Amino acid sequence: MASKLTRSNRAGWAFALPAFTLLFLFIILPFFFAFWFSLTNQRLISPNPTEFVGLQNYENLLGVAIVTLKPDRDENNQIIRDRDGEISYPRVRTITRSPDFPQYKGMREWFRWQSGDEAKVVVAKDVVFMKALVNTMLFVLIIAPLQGGGALGLALLINQKLRGINAFRTIYFMPVVISIVVISLLWRFIYDGDDGLLNNIVSALTFGAFEPVDWLGNKDTALGSIIVMSAWQAMGFHMVIWLSGLQTIPATLYEVAAIEGSSRWQTFRYVTWPGLRNTAVLVLIVITMQAFALFSQIDVMTKGGPLDSTQTLVFQAVQRGYGKQDISGGSVISVILFFIVLTISLIQRYLTREKR
Amino acid sequence: MALVSGQNHGLRLLSRYLVLALVAMVFLFPLLFMVVSSFKPDGQLLADTSSFRAFLPVGDISLDNYAAAFQRAPIGQFMLNSMFVTIVTVIGSIAICSVAAFSFVFLNWTGRNILLTIILATLIIPFETIAVPLLLIVSKLPWMGFEGMEWGWLNTYRVQIIPWIVDALTIFLFVQYFKDLPRELIEAARVEGASWLSIYRRVVMPLSGPVLATAAILKSLKMYNEQYLWPLIVVQDEAHRPIMVGLGYFFQLDVAWGELMAYLTLISVPVLAFYLLMQRAFIASIASTGVKG
Repeated sequence: MASKLTRSNRAGWAFALPAFTLLFLFIILPFFFAFWFSLTNQRLISPNPTEFVGLQNYENLLGVAIVTLKPDRDENNQIIRDRDGEISYPRVRTITRSPDFPQYKGMREWFRWQSGDEAKVVVAKDVVFMKALVNTMLFVLIIAPLQGGGALGLALLINQKLRGINAFRTIYFMPVVISIVVISLLWRFIYDGDDGLLNNIVSALTFGAFEPVDWLGNKDTALGSIIVMSAWQAMGFHMVIWLSGLQTIPATLYEVAAIEGSSRWQTFRYVTWPGLRNTAVLVLIVITMQAFALFSQIDVMTKGGPLDSTQTLVFQAVQRGYGKQDISGGSVISVILFFIVLTISLIQRYLTREKR
Repeated sequence: MALVSGQNHGLRLLSRYLVLALVAMVFLFPLLFMVVSSFKPDGQLLADTSSFRAFLPVGDISLDNYAAAFQRAPIGQFMLNSMFVTIVTVIGSIAICSVAAFSFVFLNWTGRNILLTIILATLIIPFETIAVPLLLIVSKLPWMGFEGMEWGWLNTYRVQIIPWIVDALTIFLFVQYFKDLPRELIEAARVEGASWLSIYRRVVMPLSGPVLATAAILKSLKMYNEQYLWPLIVVQDEAHRPIMVGLGYFFQLDVAWGELMAYLTLISVPVLAFYLLMQRAFIASIASTGVKG
């Protein structure tokens, strides 16, 4: 840019320095600290000096192995079965605590499956972390299409020329301006097993045929309930982003489509959707990033339970770094989270590259 | 918009509004339920949740829940804390970030490109990544640590404000906006002999209404609504606790739903009122963070 502005080093630095200093102190510095702490045994308060431990923390978190269990056999070499015909196996403990297998030391069973007569057991050094990782991934995979698709539906709905359409836009957007902490507590009441609105309304609508569910207290429904609520809360946000994408599509394209006599679906498929490509990438990336940071809902609604079914990465990072004052443990999870987010942004860069 | 073939058109219009209204119910009813519940004593409330009375202010309507909520927790204090932290952060953020963006766009100085690149690169760092080390840093900061040196900034207002003043998104918003301002204006003022500071104050700021509104809305939503994790770990002290963390009082098992709903309504009323007053600016500010690049 051929600027005629004079060089003004002193003024330039003086104006930018306050911002940069704060950013450096409170974002950049702790960011590098996170990497450093993840390689040490740093604690919040400790009588012992901090030591460098290399990748030990990562190994303790990510260590996974598969163990094959051979069936128990009696003296005739027959497989022992219990009354239901289930094969009996030696306890995993006999392997993870045995001095013969130092490589499995301290690991716990994560899950297992049957293969022939043998059982394959996946053992992990940190089963809770593994569950948190899987839950977070699951959350992201389900909420991205649900929330993104729902928001697109809302945007298409709101993008009509009707009298009073702005009132509807205002309503759809309303949950966005309410804090997620408030929303979480409100929905705790809605989801409640005994007094909850959801159970009450559904059982009234089905004339009592519906069995009340303790939505957040049941390990099969807890994560799903949190997903639905989260999608509901932020849908208006993404609706607005879709809407601004829709408005960049030239009206002439729609006129052409109308002249050609295309159906509604054809118009969407061949005019609207191609015009929304970059918006789609943006919406998906934003949802994904927010979803990986899932914390408040968990902290307010379930605290990771029941039976670790709603553990997430950030919840684990906070629990370790703050709750257990294990700064290094929290930092390791934070760094892993950062690499996941970094990968996603690189994917976004790649997907929207030709635009730049 | 001519009215085409009467009846058919009217039916289609009606069905469109019907769909819009049904969807609106999905978004409105939970919030309506919150507000209505806050006025019902628990007996009434639980009796009503099995019917559409749950959404109607009928039966015993009273302010008892509000009185009880105020008794349970120092809500006034929490509210003031949140407002104070939000206002100071928003003002500080706008002042410092806009000045920095001004220097990035209009001034030509050594290192500006690299500095701007570094700043924008931090957009990718999730706060959750730095929360744990940041906790260690602020707990060791001795500067101005009146409340006892060993805990540094813990349990203060400043720990809730200073780390949040500067963020790359706000700088980015200002930079994008300033880029579209006519440079001739600034050059003319420069030729007239105005100092950079007075150009910022007298030329650029008066033209920046929309971006100021956007930055202020996004930042205040962030500070008032989303500040949960950070104060949760750095503020244990009631006198400095913000309203979201003050909810902890209502986590106990014996707490009545009506009382909780009263507290949630109290938290939401200021931000909802603000939103309804300026909804166009709210929606525009969200849209402007989306259509970057």
